[in-house]
Amino acid sequence: MDMYAENILDHFQNPRHKGTLSAATISVEEVNPLCGDKLSLDLIIENGSIKDMAFSGSGCAISQASMSMVAEELNGKSLEEAEKLSKDTIYELLGVPISPARVKCAILSYALLKKSLILLKHQS
Amino acid sequence: MYQNQNLQQNQPMLNSQQLKKDFPILSRVINGKKLTYLDNASTSQKPQSVISAITDYYTNHNANIHRAVYTIAQEATLAYESTREAVKDFINARSAEEIIFTRNTTESINLVAYAYAATTLKPGDSVMVSALEHHSNLVPWQEVCRKTGATLKVIPLSGDPELRYTLDFEWFQKNIDASVKILAITQASNTTGTIVPVEKFIEVARAHGAKVLIDGAQSVPHMPVDVQQLDCDFLAFSSHKMLGPTGVGALYAKKELLETMPPFLFGGDMIREVHQQEATWNDLPWKFEAGTPNIADVIAFQEAIKYLRAIGMQEIAEHDQELAHYAKQQLEAIPQIIIHAPKNAKQMTGIISFEIPGVHPHDIAEIFNSDNIAIRGGHHCAQPLMETLNIPATARMSFYIYNTQEDIDTAIEAIKKVIKIFSPKK
Repeated sequence: MDMYAENILDHFQNPRHKGTLSAATISVEEVNPLCGDKLSLDLIIENGSIKDMAFSGSGCAISQASMSMVAEELNGKSLEEAEKLSKDTIYELLGVPISPARVKCAILSYALLKKSLILLKHQS
Repeated sequence: MYQNQNLQQNQPMLNSQQLKKDFPILSRVINGKKLTYLDNASTSQKPQSVISAITDYYTNHNANIHRAVYTIAQEATLAYESTREAVKDFINARSAEEIIFTRNTTESINLVAYAYAATTLKPGDSVMVSALEHHSNLVPWQEVCRKTGATLKVIPLSGDPELRYTLDFEWFQKNIDASVKILAITQASNTTGTIVPVEKFIEVARAHGAKVLIDGAQSVPHMPVDVQQLDCDFLAFSSHKMLGPTGVGALYAKKELLETMPPFLFGGDMIREVHQQEATWNDLPWKFEAGTPNIADVIAFQEAIKYLRAIGMQEIAEHDQELAHYAKQQLEAIPQIIIHAPKNAKQMTGIISFEIPGVHPHDIAEIFNSDNIAIRGGHHCAQPLMETLNIPATARMSFYIYNTQEDIDTAIEAIKKVIKIFSPKK
Protein backbone atom coordinates (compact mmCIF):
# COMPACT_ATOMS: atom_id res chain seq x y z
CA MET A 1 0.00 0.00 0.00
CA ASP A 2 2.99 2.23 0.65
CA MET A 3 3.35 2.38 -3.11
CA TYR A 4 0.39 4.75 -3.37
CA ALA A 5 1.89 7.54 -1.31
CA GLU A 6 0.55 11.07 -1.64
CA ASN A 7 3.32 12.24 -4.00
CA ILE A 8 2.72 9.33 -6.40
CA LEU A 9 -1.02 9.95 -6.53
CA ASP A 10 -0.44 13.69 -6.88
CA HIS A 11 1.85 13.25 -9.90
CA PHE A 12 -0.50 10.61 -11.39
CA GLN A 13 -3.62 12.74 -11.04
CA ASN A 14 -1.96 16.10 -11.71
CA PRO A 15 0.87 15.23 -14.10
CA ARG A 16 3.50 17.94 -14.73
CA HIS A 17 4.51 18.71 -18.31
CA LYS A 18 1.73 16.60 -19.78
CA GLY A 19 1.02 17.27 -23.45
CA THR A 20 2.88 17.41 -26.75
CA LEU A 21 5.30 19.93 -28.29
CA SER A 22 4.84 20.63 -31.98
CA ALA A 23 8.31 22.21 -32.24
CA ALA A 24 10.05 19.26 -30.57
CA THR A 25 13.71 18.66 -31.42
CA ILE A 26 13.15 14.99 -30.72
CA SER A 27 10.15 12.74 -30.01
CA VAL A 28 10.32 9.17 -28.70
CA GLU A 29 7.86 6.45 -27.68
CA GLU A 30 8.09 3.41 -25.40
CA VAL A 31 5.66 0.73 -24.25
CA ASN A 32 5.73 -1.72 -21.39
CA PRO A 33 4.03 -4.74 -23.00
CA LEU A 34 3.57 -6.35 -19.60
CA CYS A 35 1.18 -3.71 -18.29
CA GLY A 36 0.24 -1.91 -21.45
CA ASP A 37 1.84 1.30 -20.16
CA LYS A 38 2.51 3.73 -23.02
CA LEU A 39 4.58 6.89 -22.97
CA SER A 40 5.79 9.37 -25.53
CA LEU A 41 8.16 12.21 -24.83
CA ASP A 42 8.86 15.44 -26.73
CA LEU A 43 12.00 17.49 -26.03
CA ILE A 44 13.02 20.95 -27.24
CA ILE A 45 16.79 21.29 -27.02
CA GLU A 46 18.55 24.66 -27.23
CA ASN A 47 22.24 25.34 -26.53
CA GLY A 48 22.75 21.93 -24.97
CA SER A 49 19.86 22.32 -22.56
CA ILE A 50 16.32 21.00 -22.29
CA LYS A 51 14.35 24.16 -22.99
CA ASP A 52 11.01 22.40 -22.71
CA MET A 53 9.66 18.89 -22.43
CA ALA A 54 6.23 17.26 -22.50
CA PHE A 55 4.97 13.70 -22.23
CA SER A 56 1.75 11.93 -23.09
CA GLY A 57 0.50 8.42 -22.64
CA SER A 58 -1.49 6.16 -20.37
CA GLY A 59 -0.78 3.45 -17.87
CA CYS A 60 -0.45 2.64 -14.21
CA ALA A 61 0.12 5.24 -11.52
CA ILE A 62 3.78 4.26 -11.11
CA SER A 63 4.73 4.63 -14.78
CA GLN A 64 2.89 7.93 -15.18
CA ALA A 65 4.04 9.46 -11.88
CA SER A 66 7.62 8.43 -12.62
CA MET A 67 7.52 10.22 -16.00
CA SER A 68 5.95 13.32 -14.47
CA MET A 69 8.65 13.44 -11.78
CA VAL A 70 11.45 12.98 -14.30
CA ALA A 71 10.01 15.79 -16.44
CA GLU A 72 9.78 18.09 -13.44
CA GLU A 73 13.33 17.21 -12.43
CA LEU A 74 14.95 17.72 -15.84
CA ASN A 75 13.05 20.58 -17.42
CA GLY A 76 15.49 23.46 -17.99
CA LYS A 77 18.52 21.33 -17.12
CA SER A 78 21.52 20.68 -19.36
CA LEU A 79 21.86 17.50 -21.41
CA GLU A 80 24.89 16.67 -19.29
CA GLU A 81 22.69 16.62 -16.20
CA ALA A 82 20.07 14.58 -18.04
CA GLU A 83 22.79 12.02 -18.88
CA LYS A 84 23.57 11.68 -15.20
CA LEU A 85 20.00 10.70 -14.28
CA SER A 86 20.15 7.04 -13.23
CA LYS A 87 17.59 4.39 -12.31
CA ASP A 88 18.45 5.09 -8.68
CA THR A 89 17.53 8.76 -9.17
CA ILE A 90 14.10 7.59 -10.28
CA TYR A 91 13.65 5.32 -7.26
CA GLU A 92 14.67 8.28 -5.07
CA LEU A 93 12.18 10.57 -6.79
CA LEU A 94 9.40 8.00 -6.38
CA GLY A 95 10.38 7.52 -2.74
CA VAL A 96 8.23 4.37 -2.30
CA PRO A 97 9.19 0.68 -2.32
CA ILE A 98 8.91 -0.75 -5.85
CA SER A 99 8.23 -4.49 -5.98
CA PRO A 100 10.10 -6.53 -8.64
CA ALA A 101 6.86 -6.91 -10.61
CA ARG A 102 6.61 -3.12 -10.94
CA VAL A 103 10.23 -2.24 -11.80
CA LYS A 104 9.39 -2.05 -15.52
CA CYS A 105 6.61 0.46 -14.78
CA ALA A 106 8.90 2.57 -12.61
CA ILE A 107 11.75 2.82 -15.12
CA LEU A 108 9.75 3.20 -18.33
CA SER A 109 10.43 6.95 -18.02
CA TYR A 110 14.16 6.17 -17.76
CA ALA A 111 14.05 4.03 -20.91
CA LEU A 112 12.32 6.87 -22.73
CA LEU A 113 14.84 9.46 -21.59
CA LYS A 114 17.83 7.27 -22.54
CA LYS A 115 16.32 6.57 -25.95
CA SER A 116 15.88 10.29 -26.62
CA LEU A 117 19.45 11.10 -25.51
CA ILE A 118 20.91 8.40 -27.77
CA LEU A 119 18.88 9.62 -30.74
CA LEU A 120 19.97 13.20 -30.05
CA LYS A 121 23.62 12.14 -30.21
CA HIS A 122 23.01 10.45 -33.56
CA GLN A 123 21.31 13.57 -34.89
CA SER A 124 24.16 15.89 -34.04
CA MET B 1 -2.01 -42.82 -0.60
CA TYR B 2 -3.38 -39.53 0.74
CA GLN B 3 -7.15 -39.25 0.93
CA ASN B 4 -8.84 -35.88 0.70
CA GLN B 5 -10.42 -35.49 4.11
CA ASN B 6 -12.99 -32.98 3.07
CA LEU B 7 -14.29 -34.30 -0.18
CA GLN B 8 -17.11 -36.73 0.42
CA GLN B 9 -18.32 -38.80 -2.49
CA ASN B 10 -21.63 -37.63 -3.94
CA GLN B 11 -22.11 -34.83 -1.47
CA PRO B 12 -25.42 -33.12 -2.22
CA MET B 13 -24.02 -29.63 -2.59
CA LEU B 14 -20.65 -28.16 -3.30
CA ASN B 15 -19.35 -26.93 0.05
CA SER B 16 -16.52 -24.56 -0.85
CA GLN B 17 -15.67 -23.72 2.73
CA GLN B 18 -15.09 -27.45 3.38
CA LEU B 19 -13.17 -27.96 0.13
CA LYS B 20 -10.75 -25.12 0.94
CA LYS B 21 -9.19 -27.42 3.57
CA ASP B 22 -7.99 -29.82 0.86
CA PHE B 23 -5.85 -27.03 -0.66
CA PRO B 24 -2.85 -26.33 1.58
CA ILE B 25 -1.96 -23.03 -0.12
CA LEU B 26 -5.34 -21.54 0.75
CA SER B 27 -4.38 -21.47 4.43
CA ARG B 28 -1.19 -19.57 3.72
CA VAL B 29 -1.07 -16.27 5.60
CA ILE B 30 0.98 -13.36 4.21
CA ASN B 31 1.32 -10.15 6.24
CA GLY B 32 -1.33 -11.44 8.63
CA LYS B 33 -3.88 -12.04 5.89
CA LYS B 34 -5.16 -15.32 4.50
CA LEU B 35 -4.81 -15.85 0.76
CA THR B 36 -7.95 -15.01 -1.24
CA TYR B 37 -7.23 -16.64 -4.58
CA LEU B 38 -9.29 -15.21 -7.45
CA ASP B 39 -7.03 -15.90 -10.44
CA ASN B 40 -8.28 -19.35 -11.42
CA ALA B 41 -8.56 -18.51 -15.11
CA SER B 42 -4.79 -18.18 -14.99
CA THR B 43 -4.14 -21.35 -13.01
CA SER B 44 -6.00 -23.27 -10.31
CA GLN B 45 -4.67 -24.33 -6.93
CA LYS B 46 -3.91 -28.00 -6.21
CA PRO B 47 -5.49 -30.31 -3.64
CA GLN B 48 -3.27 -32.35 -1.32
CA SER B 49 -4.09 -35.54 -3.28
CA VAL B 50 -2.49 -34.07 -6.44
CA ILE B 51 0.57 -32.81 -4.54
CA SER B 52 0.96 -36.20 -2.82
CA ALA B 53 0.66 -38.11 -6.10
CA ILE B 54 3.75 -36.30 -7.43
CA THR B 55 5.75 -37.15 -4.31
CA ASP B 56 4.45 -40.73 -4.38
CA TYR B 57 5.59 -41.23 -7.96
CA TYR B 58 9.12 -39.95 -7.29
CA THR B 59 9.31 -41.76 -3.93
CA ASN B 60 8.00 -45.17 -5.01
CA HIS B 61 7.60 -45.59 -8.78
CA ASN B 62 10.10 -43.36 -10.61
CA ALA B 63 11.06 -45.06 -13.90
CA ASN B 64 10.76 -44.33 -17.58
CA ILE B 65 7.64 -45.68 -19.24
CA HIS B 66 6.71 -47.92 -22.19
CA ARG B 67 10.00 -49.84 -22.41
CA ALA B 68 11.52 -51.48 -19.33
CA VAL B 69 10.30 -54.81 -17.92
CA TYR B 70 11.10 -54.22 -14.26
CA THR B 71 8.32 -53.68 -11.73
CA ILE B 72 8.55 -49.95 -11.05
CA ALA B 73 8.63 -49.20 -14.80
CA GLN B 74 5.52 -51.27 -15.26
CA GLU B 75 3.84 -49.43 -12.40
CA ALA B 76 4.78 -46.05 -13.86
CA THR B 77 3.54 -47.08 -17.33
CA LEU B 78 0.28 -48.34 -15.91
CA ALA B 79 -0.30 -45.16 -13.89
CA TYR B 80 0.57 -42.93 -16.88
CA GLU B 81 -1.73 -44.81 -19.24
CA SER B 82 -4.53 -44.96 -16.69
CA THR B 83 -4.57 -41.12 -16.66
CA ARG B 84 -5.20 -41.32 -20.39
CA GLU B 85 -8.19 -43.56 -19.66
CA ALA B 86 -9.37 -41.07 -17.02
CA VAL B 87 -9.11 -38.16 -19.49
CA LYS B 88 -10.94 -40.20 -22.11
CA ASP B 89 -13.80 -40.89 -19.68
CA PHE B 90 -13.82 -37.30 -18.43
CA ILE B 91 -14.57 -35.84 -21.89
CA ASN B 92 -16.31 -38.99 -23.19
CA ALA B 93 -13.93 -39.76 -26.06
CA ARG B 94 -14.48 -43.03 -27.92
CA SER B 95 -11.07 -44.45 -27.11
CA ALA B 96 -7.88 -43.59 -25.22
CA GLU B 97 -6.07 -43.52 -28.59
CA GLU B 98 -7.77 -40.19 -29.16
CA ILE B 99 -6.05 -38.57 -26.14
CA ILE B 100 -2.57 -37.09 -26.59
CA PHE B 101 -0.58 -35.59 -23.75
CA THR B 102 1.19 -32.30 -24.46
CA ARG B 103 2.67 -29.56 -22.26
CA ASN B 104 -0.36 -27.28 -22.26
CA THR B 105 -3.32 -26.01 -24.31
CA THR B 106 -0.99 -23.92 -26.47
CA GLU B 107 1.05 -26.96 -27.46
CA SER B 108 -2.13 -28.96 -28.15
CA ILE B 109 -3.29 -26.24 -30.55
CA ASN B 110 0.17 -26.03 -32.14
CA LEU B 111 0.10 -29.78 -32.70
CA VAL B 112 -3.08 -29.39 -34.76
CA ALA B 113 -1.78 -26.27 -36.50
CA TYR B 114 1.46 -27.96 -37.59
CA ALA B 115 0.50 -31.62 -38.05
CA TYR B 116 -2.95 -31.05 -39.51
CA ALA B 117 -3.45 -27.49 -40.79
CA ALA B 118 0.01 -26.76 -42.18
CA THR B 119 0.00 -30.09 -44.08
CA THR B 120 -3.47 -29.70 -45.62
CA LEU B 121 -4.21 -25.97 -46.16
CA LYS B 122 -3.68 -24.36 -49.56
CA PRO B 123 -3.89 -20.79 -50.87
CA GLY B 124 -7.57 -19.93 -51.19
CA ASP B 125 -8.49 -21.90 -48.05
CA SER B 126 -9.37 -20.12 -44.81
CA VAL B 127 -9.14 -20.64 -41.08
CA MET B 128 -11.84 -19.02 -38.96
CA VAL B 129 -11.30 -17.94 -35.35
CA SER B 130 -13.33 -15.58 -33.14
CA ALA B 131 -12.80 -12.14 -31.63
CA LEU B 132 -12.75 -13.75 -28.16
CA GLU B 133 -9.64 -15.88 -28.66
CA HIS B 134 -6.69 -16.06 -26.29
CA HIS B 135 -3.38 -15.54 -28.11
CA SER B 136 -2.86 -19.33 -27.92
CA ASN B 137 -5.78 -19.93 -30.29
CA LEU B 138 -4.87 -17.06 -32.59
CA VAL B 139 -1.11 -16.78 -33.12
CA PRO B 140 -0.62 -20.44 -34.26
CA TRP B 141 -3.30 -19.86 -36.93
CA GLN B 142 -1.70 -16.57 -38.01
CA GLU B 143 1.52 -18.51 -38.55
CA VAL B 144 -0.15 -21.40 -40.38
CA CYS B 145 -1.94 -18.96 -42.69
CA ARG B 146 1.33 -17.15 -43.41
CA LYS B 147 3.04 -20.45 -44.24
CA THR B 148 0.27 -21.94 -46.39
CA GLY B 149 -1.18 -18.83 -48.04
CA ALA B 150 -4.56 -19.45 -46.39
CA THR B 151 -6.68 -16.53 -45.11
CA LEU B 152 -7.49 -15.89 -41.45
CA LYS B 153 -11.10 -14.83 -40.81
CA VAL B 154 -12.44 -13.57 -37.51
CA ILE B 155 -16.00 -13.94 -36.19
CA PRO B 156 -16.76 -10.50 -34.67
CA LEU B 157 -18.55 -9.62 -31.45
CA SER B 158 -22.26 -8.99 -31.73
CA GLY B 159 -23.28 -5.37 -32.34
CA ASP B 160 -26.58 -5.92 -30.50
CA PRO B 161 -26.35 -4.11 -27.11
CA GLU B 162 -28.37 -6.95 -25.51
CA LEU B 163 -25.77 -9.44 -26.74
CA ARG B 164 -22.60 -7.49 -25.87
CA TYR B 165 -19.46 -9.62 -25.39
CA THR B 166 -21.01 -12.56 -27.25
CA LEU B 167 -20.16 -13.68 -30.79
CA ASP B 168 -22.16 -12.62 -33.84
CA PHE B 169 -23.69 -15.95 -34.84
CA GLU B 170 -25.54 -14.42 -37.80
CA TRP B 171 -22.27 -13.07 -39.21
CA PHE B 172 -20.81 -16.55 -38.85
CA GLN B 173 -23.73 -18.17 -40.68
CA LYS B 174 -23.46 -15.63 -43.50
CA ASN B 175 -19.69 -15.78 -43.88
CA ILE B 176 -18.82 -19.44 -43.53
CA ASP B 177 -18.35 -21.17 -46.86
CA ALA B 178 -16.51 -24.11 -48.39
CA SER B 179 -13.19 -22.22 -48.26
CA VAL B 180 -13.23 -22.45 -44.45
CA LYS B 181 -11.36 -25.66 -43.69
CA ILE B 182 -10.84 -25.09 -39.97
CA LEU B 183 -12.94 -23.35 -37.34
CA ALA B 184 -10.82 -22.80 -34.19
CA ILE B 185 -12.97 -21.32 -31.46
CA THR B 186 -12.99 -20.94 -27.70
CA GLN B 187 -15.77 -22.46 -25.60
CA ALA B 188 -15.34 -19.84 -22.86
CA SER B 189 -13.50 -16.51 -23.03
CA ASN B 190 -10.73 -16.06 -20.49
CA THR B 191 -11.38 -12.29 -20.46
CA THR B 192 -15.12 -11.62 -20.61
CA GLY B 193 -16.14 -15.04 -19.28
CA THR B 194 -18.51 -15.46 -22.23
CA ILE B 195 -19.63 -19.04 -22.78
CA VAL B 196 -19.76 -19.65 -26.53
CA PRO B 197 -22.57 -22.02 -27.60
CA VAL B 198 -20.06 -24.05 -29.62
CA GLU B 199 -22.57 -26.78 -30.50
CA LYS B 200 -24.39 -24.28 -32.78
CA PHE B 201 -21.12 -23.24 -34.43
CA ILE B 202 -19.97 -26.85 -34.85
CA GLU B 203 -23.20 -27.86 -36.55
CA VAL B 204 -22.96 -25.06 -39.13
CA ALA B 205 -19.21 -25.57 -39.63
CA ARG B 206 -19.65 -29.30 -40.25
CA ALA B 207 -22.41 -28.62 -42.79
CA HIS B 208 -19.80 -26.62 -44.74
CA GLY B 209 -17.17 -29.33 -44.42
CA ALA B 210 -14.90 -27.50 -41.94
CA LYS B 211 -13.01 -29.28 -39.18
CA VAL B 212 -13.53 -27.78 -35.73
CA LEU B 213 -11.03 -27.23 -32.93
CA ILE B 214 -12.43 -26.19 -29.55
CA ASP B 215 -10.17 -24.28 -27.16
CA GLY B 216 -11.38 -25.83 -23.92
CA ALA B 217 -8.83 -24.20 -21.60
CA GLN B 218 -11.56 -22.29 -19.73
CA SER B 219 -14.46 -24.69 -20.31
CA VAL B 220 -13.20 -28.21 -19.57
CA PRO B 221 -12.27 -27.26 -15.95
CA HIS B 222 -15.59 -25.56 -15.34
CA MET B 223 -18.45 -27.42 -17.08
CA PRO B 224 -19.36 -30.83 -18.49
CA VAL B 225 -17.76 -31.24 -21.92
CA ASP B 226 -18.66 -34.30 -24.01
CA VAL B 227 -16.73 -34.55 -27.28
CA GLN B 228 -19.11 -37.09 -28.81
CA GLN B 229 -22.10 -34.90 -28.07
CA LEU B 230 -20.30 -31.81 -29.41
CA ASP B 231 -18.94 -33.75 -32.40
CA CYS B 232 -15.85 -31.51 -32.52
CA ASP B 233 -12.72 -32.78 -34.30
CA PHE B 234 -10.21 -31.43 -31.78
CA LEU B 235 -10.41 -30.28 -28.16
CA ALA B 236 -7.43 -28.68 -26.40
CA PHE B 237 -7.11 -28.09 -22.65
CA SER B 238 -4.64 -27.93 -19.74
CA SER B 239 -4.31 -29.86 -16.50
CA HIS B 240 -3.15 -26.89 -14.45
CA LYS B 241 -6.42 -24.97 -14.76
CA MET B 242 -8.36 -27.98 -13.41
CA LEU B 243 -6.54 -28.72 -10.14
CA GLY B 244 -3.75 -30.69 -11.85
CA PRO B 245 -0.04 -29.93 -12.20
CA THR B 246 1.48 -27.49 -14.70
CA GLY B 247 3.33 -28.94 -17.67
CA VAL B 248 0.51 -31.24 -18.79
CA GLY B 249 -1.94 -30.47 -21.56
CA ALA B 250 -4.27 -32.74 -23.45
CA LEU B 251 -5.43 -32.88 -27.02
CA TYR B 252 -8.49 -34.85 -28.01
CA ALA B 253 -8.64 -35.60 -31.73
CA LYS B 254 -10.84 -37.93 -33.75
CA LYS B 255 -8.97 -41.14 -34.46
CA GLU B 256 -9.56 -41.01 -38.22
CA LEU B 257 -7.86 -37.58 -38.33
CA LEU B 258 -4.93 -38.64 -36.14
CA GLU B 259 -4.34 -41.60 -38.46
CA THR B 260 -3.92 -39.33 -41.48
CA MET B 261 -1.78 -36.74 -39.69
CA PRO B 262 2.02 -36.91 -39.74
CA PRO B 263 3.79 -36.71 -36.35
CA PHE B 264 4.32 -33.28 -34.78
CA LEU B 265 7.66 -33.92 -33.03
CA PHE B 266 10.14 -36.63 -33.97
CA GLY B 267 12.50 -38.77 -31.87
CA GLY B 268 12.23 -41.40 -29.17
CA ASP B 269 9.06 -43.27 -28.22
CA MET B 270 7.10 -42.07 -31.26
CA ILE B 271 8.69 -44.64 -33.59
CA ARG B 272 8.00 -48.25 -34.50
CA GLU B 273 11.20 -49.08 -36.40
CA VAL B 274 14.21 -46.92 -37.07
CA HIS B 275 16.82 -47.59 -39.77
CA GLN B 276 19.83 -45.47 -40.57
CA GLN B 277 18.00 -43.46 -43.25
CA GLU B 278 14.32 -43.75 -42.33
CA ALA B 279 11.81 -44.61 -39.66
CA THR B 280 8.19 -45.69 -39.23
CA TRP B 281 5.78 -44.35 -36.66
CA ASN B 282 4.36 -45.82 -33.49
CA ASP B 283 0.64 -46.53 -33.03
CA LEU B 284 -1.79 -43.94 -31.74
CA PRO B 285 -1.56 -42.05 -29.50
CA TRP B 286 2.21 -42.51 -28.96
CA LYS B 287 2.98 -41.40 -32.52
CA PHE B 288 2.32 -37.89 -31.18
CA GLU B 289 4.28 -38.16 -27.91
CA ALA B 290 7.97 -37.90 -28.75
CA GLY B 291 10.57 -38.27 -26.01
CA THR B 292 10.13 -38.95 -22.30
CA PRO B 293 6.90 -37.24 -21.30
CA ASN B 294 6.05 -35.44 -18.06
CA ILE B 295 5.34 -38.75 -16.29
CA ALA B 296 4.94 -37.51 -12.71
CA ASP B 297 2.58 -34.70 -13.58
CA VAL B 298 0.48 -36.78 -15.96
CA ILE B 299 0.06 -39.34 -13.17
CA ALA B 300 -0.91 -36.62 -10.68
CA PHE B 301 -3.38 -35.18 -13.22
CA GLN B 302 -5.48 -38.29 -12.67
CA GLU B 303 -5.99 -37.28 -9.02
CA ALA B 304 -7.28 -33.90 -10.19
CA ILE B 305 -9.79 -35.59 -12.50
CA LYS B 306 -10.91 -37.88 -9.66
CA TYR B 307 -11.40 -34.86 -7.43
CA LEU B 308 -13.52 -33.01 -10.01
CA ARG B 309 -15.59 -36.07 -10.84
CA ALA B 310 -16.35 -36.70 -7.16
CA ILE B 311 -17.92 -33.24 -7.01
CA GLY B 312 -19.55 -33.40 -10.44
CA MET B 313 -18.97 -31.05 -13.36
CA GLN B 314 -22.58 -29.86 -13.45
CA GLU B 315 -22.33 -28.83 -9.78
CA ILE B 316 -19.06 -27.03 -10.51
CA ALA B 317 -20.58 -25.20 -13.49
CA GLU B 318 -23.49 -24.01 -11.37
CA HIS B 319 -21.25 -23.01 -8.48
CA ASP B 320 -18.86 -20.97 -10.66
CA GLN B 321 -21.74 -19.32 -12.49
CA GLU B 322 -23.49 -18.43 -9.21
CA LEU B 323 -20.30 -16.80 -7.91
CA ALA B 324 -19.83 -14.82 -11.15
CA HIS B 325 -23.45 -13.71 -10.93
CA TYR B 326 -23.02 -12.68 -7.29
CA ALA B 327 -19.79 -10.81 -8.11
CA LYS B 328 -21.54 -9.04 -10.98
CA GLN B 329 -24.36 -7.90 -8.70
CA GLN B 330 -21.90 -6.60 -6.12
CA LEU B 331 -19.88 -4.77 -8.79
CA GLU B 332 -23.02 -3.27 -10.32
CA ALA B 333 -23.81 -1.73 -6.94
CA ILE B 334 -20.64 0.40 -7.18
CA PRO B 335 -21.44 3.27 -9.57
CA GLN B 336 -17.85 3.94 -10.74
CA ILE B 337 -17.32 0.44 -12.11
CA ILE B 338 -17.54 -0.65 -15.74
CA ILE B 339 -18.16 -4.39 -16.13
CA HIS B 340 -17.08 -6.27 -19.26
CA ALA B 341 -19.38 -9.30 -19.07
CA PRO B 342 -22.36 -10.62 -21.03
CA LYS B 343 -25.73 -9.31 -19.83
CA ASN B 344 -27.27 -12.73 -19.42
CA ALA B 345 -25.75 -14.59 -16.45
CA LYS B 346 -26.42 -17.89 -18.26
CA GLN B 347 -23.81 -16.88 -20.85
CA MET B 348 -21.09 -16.42 -18.22
CA THR B 349 -18.58 -18.78 -16.74
CA GLY B 350 -16.83 -18.00 -13.42
CA ILE B 351 -14.85 -15.06 -14.81
CA ILE B 352 -15.58 -11.35 -14.51
CA SER B 353 -13.59 -8.44 -15.96
CA PHE B 354 -14.04 -4.86 -14.83
CA GLU B 355 -12.54 -1.37 -14.94
CA ILE B 356 -12.41 1.52 -12.52
CA PRO B 357 -12.06 4.66 -14.67
CA GLY B 358 -8.94 6.61 -13.73
CA VAL B 359 -7.22 3.60 -12.19
CA HIS B 360 -5.02 1.27 -14.20
CA PRO B 361 -5.81 -2.44 -13.62
CA HIS B 362 -2.25 -3.03 -12.42
CA ASP B 363 -2.80 -0.52 -9.64
CA ILE B 364 -6.06 -2.28 -8.75
CA ALA B 365 -4.24 -5.64 -8.60
CA GLU B 366 -1.44 -4.08 -6.53
CA ILE B 367 -3.84 -2.75 -3.90
CA PHE B 368 -5.66 -6.11 -3.86
CA ASN B 369 -2.29 -7.75 -3.23
CA SER B 370 -1.74 -5.60 -0.16
CA ASP B 371 -4.72 -7.52 1.30
CA ASN B 372 -3.35 -10.84 -0.05
CA ILE B 373 -6.07 -11.07 -2.71
CA ALA B 374 -4.84 -12.51 -6.01
CA ILE B 375 -6.49 -11.06 -9.13
CA ARG B 376 -5.14 -10.23 -12.58
CA GLY B 377 -4.76 -6.86 -14.23
CA GLY B 378 -3.73 -6.70 -17.86
CA HIS B 379 -4.71 -7.73 -21.36
CA HIS B 380 -5.13 -11.41 -20.38
CA CYS B 381 -3.28 -12.58 -23.51
CA ALA B 382 -6.16 -11.26 -25.60
CA GLN B 383 -4.75 -8.04 -27.06
CA PRO B 384 -6.95 -8.08 -30.20
CA LEU B 385 -10.06 -8.35 -27.97
CA MET B 386 -8.82 -5.38 -25.92
CA GLU B 387 -8.39 -3.43 -29.17
CA THR B 388 -11.93 -4.35 -30.25
CA LEU B 389 -13.33 -3.23 -26.91
CA ASN B 390 -11.08 -0.15 -27.09
CA ILE B 391 -9.65 -0.64 -23.59
CA PRO B 392 -5.96 -1.01 -22.65
CA ALA B 393 -6.55 -3.61 -19.96
CA THR B 394 -9.02 -4.91 -17.39
CA ALA B 395 -8.95 -6.23 -13.85
CA ARG B 396 -10.21 -9.80 -13.71
CA MET B 397 -11.54 -12.04 -10.95
CA SER B 398 -12.04 -15.73 -11.72
CA PHE B 399 -13.57 -18.37 -9.47
CA TYR B 400 -13.36 -22.06 -8.79
CA ILE B 401 -14.71 -24.76 -6.52
CA TYR B 402 -13.03 -23.45 -3.34
CA ASN B 403 -14.20 -19.85 -3.72
CA THR B 404 -17.04 -18.53 -1.59
CA GLN B 405 -19.27 -15.45 -1.52
CA GLU B 406 -17.09 -14.26 1.37
CA ASP B 407 -14.09 -14.25 -1.00
CA ILE B 408 -16.04 -11.93 -3.28
CA ASP B 409 -17.07 -9.74 -0.33
CA THR B 410 -13.37 -9.45 0.56
CA ALA B 411 -12.64 -8.38 -3.03
CA ILE B 412 -15.45 -5.81 -2.99
CA GLU B 413 -13.96 -4.26 0.17
CA ALA B 414 -10.62 -4.02 -1.66
CA ILE B 415 -12.32 -2.29 -4.60
CA LYS B 416 -13.77 0.29 -2.21
CA LYS B 417 -10.25 0.82 -0.88
CA VAL B 418 -8.92 1.36 -4.43
CA ILE B 419 -11.62 3.92 -5.15
CA LYS B 420 -10.84 5.72 -1.90
CA ILE B 421 -7.08 5.82 -2.54
CA PHE B 422 -7.56 7.12 -6.07
CA SER B 423 -10.35 9.58 -5.32
CA PRO B 424 -9.28 13.12 -6.36
CA LYS B 425 -7.64 14.99 -3.47
CA LYS B 426 -8.66 18.57 -2.73
